[in-house]
Amino acid sequence: MNHAKKAEIFNKDEAKVNWHDKALWYVREKRDNSAHKVQGWEYLRELGSAIKANVLSNLDEYLIQFETNAQKNGIKVHWASNAEEHNNIINSILEKHNAKKVVKSKSMLTEECHLNPFLEKKGIEVIDTDLGERIVQLAKEPPSHIVLPAIHKKKEEVDVLFQEHLGTKPSQGNPEYLVSEARKHLRNKFLNADVAITGVNFAPADTGGVVVCTNEGNADMGVHLAKVHIACMGIEKIIPKEKHLGVFLRLLARSATGQPITTYSSHFNKPDEGKEMHIVIVDNGRTEQLGREDFRASLHCIRCGACMNTCPIYRRSGGHSYDYAIPGPIGSILSPGKDLKKHSSLPFASTLCGSCSNVCPVKINIHEQLYKWRQVIVKEQKQPIVKKSVLKIAGVVLSKPKLYGFAGKSARFVLKHAPRFMIYNKLNAWGKARDLPEVKNENFDEWYKKRNKNG
Amino acid sequence: MIICSVYYIILQLFKNKQERTGHLRINNRVISYLACKKAINNNKRMKVGLFIPCYINQLYPQVGIATLELLEKLGVDVYYPKNQTCCGQPLGNSGYEEDSKGACRLFVENFKSYDYIVGPSGSCIYHVKKHFDILEQTQDVINVRNNAYELCEFIVKILGRTDLGASFPHKVGLHKSCHGLRGLKLGSCSEVMGDHYSTEEDLLNNVKGLELMSLNRKDECCGFGGTFSVFEEAISTKMGKDRINDHIDSNVEVITGADHSCLMHLEGLINRNKQPLKVMHIAEILNSQTQV
Repeated sequence: MNHAKKAEIFNKDEAKVNWHDKALWYVREKRDNSAHKVQGWEYLRELGSAIKANVLSNLDEYLIQFETNAQKNGIKVHWASNAEEHNNIINSILEKHNAKKVVKSKSMLTEECHLNPFLEKKGIEVIDTDLGERIVQLAKEPPSHIVLPAIHKKKEEVDVLFQEHLGTKPSQGNPEYLVSEARKHLRNKFLNADVAITGVNFAPADTGGVVVCTNEGNADMGVHLAKVHIACMGIEKIIPKEKHLGVFLRLLARSATGQPITTYSSHFNKPDEGKEMHIVIVDNGRTEQLGREDFRASLHCIRCGACMNTCPIYRRSGGHSYDYAIPGPIGSILSPGKDLKKHSSLPFASTLCGSCSNVCPVKINIHEQLYKWRQVIVKEQKQPIVKKSVLKIAGVVLSKPKLYGFAGKSARFVLKHAPRFMIYNKLNAWGKARDLPEVKNENFDEWYKKRNKNG
Repeated sequence: MIICSVYYIILQLFKNKQERTGHLRINNRVISYLACKKAINNNKRMKVGLFIPCYINQLYPQVGIATLELLEKLGVDVYYPKNQTCCGQPLGNSGYEEDSKGACRLFVENFKSYDYIVGPSGSCIYHVKKHFDILEQTQDVINVRNNAYELCEFIVKILGRTDLGASFPHKVGLHKSCHGLRGLKLGSCSEVMGDHYSTEEDLLNNVKGLELMSLNRKDECCGFGGTFSVFEEAISTKMGKDRINDHIDSNVEVITGADHSCLMHLEGLINRNKQPLKVMHIAEILNSQTQV
């Protein structure tokens, strides 16, 4: 099912769409307010973008430097060229420690690699410890947003879900009660976990450590209690120096939720005594994207989700309509690089309004890349015959003024004189909810000719 | 100077003859006389090519008329090149950029000899400036891309005018179209930190009797998006409805903007739902002489 169909289904419940739109717009406004308080915000974005561009141009060297420094600190570094290798590496670490219980803080990479179902098939319990992620995990759904995974769920729905899975009492969606129950439930999971998996927000090459940003402290809680810590990162998470965090930490939280900084910005630089720390560095299509000149800047992304919060389409179609681990505008430029056929409707799920590019803290030209993906998709993917014929013919007509004049006249004639049922029917998607413009007696050309004659 | 004067006399004779026969035509020679005269006065000569986008030509001639009249009122020598079709945007935005090259080449051919190309549509002008990179960058193509201006921008930046002497005693809501706002930077965007400015507001605030209403979401997309409006119909119409409600909640009587494609989409919804709102292109308001 393509994006338009999924979006149409989401729009059957207009009240919910309104609620979803308002909830995310609220976050967007918080971001605006908080960015306004930073003098030189636009300069900070420039810096963030430039540092990321530098990283991408020197990735080979930074990665080796990062590995060397990590190993010096006693961290075991693994390299995975794709999702399968990533999952197998994690499984082998778990097997080595005979681990059966895993707690995992937020990691979009493990979503991308479908790690949870892979491990669950092997009889391992994986508990997502971020509250939003735990909610969607209980609902057996993927996250619908990268920062706010359960933003599509109302608190009343969470209430029902918790009653079913955690045995809570009905509370009409009382957030304090639900959070305290979730905390109790998760505490138990933390205490019994064999291994903690975390994502990585930033990996400074000069320290060889990783930085993980959370609001709930769930990454720290997991890592400090388990014997083994596995941090999973895409190759693009590298930043050259630790001091560059001064740029990125300021950009990240403000762009994501409007906070000045995430509640926890945790630096994991080496394993605790008697414990193990692993870092899995994953490619999974990133080097391929790096080789696509028009699309490489998509790898600047620091996963703040600001483009989702601002996107008028995302806010009204929900994250699940994108059917990709990373939804919204950024997902629409990343996913075609992974599977062009499957995700070919996503670059069209945009009006190219450009708001995404304006909020992006690392200045990814998202809407320009959407435009460029459209050109690639039309060339490389089979297109619906009607759409293709109409646009191809339009191309010819618009290059020939006489033909265009005739076509314009005919179209206006039909619009003016045809009976309503011929114009407003199933074939006319425009006319489903909108009237067509009222056709005037003459077009501008005709008026102009007449005026010059009479003038 | 002398040549111009001789030219003037010849043309004057020609004009008189035409007037006598009652069939004066604003032909190229008359216009070049005017330009010539202007050159004497201003030491420079400005030739403006009027670009009327395809959908305005066919469906909203009144917008084209208002644009032409307004520019003439402002003392600009406006030429309307025949053989205009379209800038190619509908094709490019749908992924058929390759097929739009014929239309783009025709556009350049039509407008290459003008100092400025002015059109009442931000998104079409943006397409010319931004996406004519698919053509070989000859001097003509480069000139056309550099000299293409959206109407409001041309009036404010090139002519240096904001008070056009218009009057329009209504409560007006401004729809800031994305391609004009974020593409051509006709104004500051709510996402970008910096000082507030708006080309369209500068013009509207100088219209007598006009009350510019403040919106809740100042620059959210209306959901038109070209073929998006058809292929993502559900979201497109929902976005449009939400925009309209924002205007209604802000007591707007007339929605205006510098891009009639957005307005066409909003008007389609307003008419279908019989809502108490009127839709007018900004050129119509700026050209308006309604008495307060």
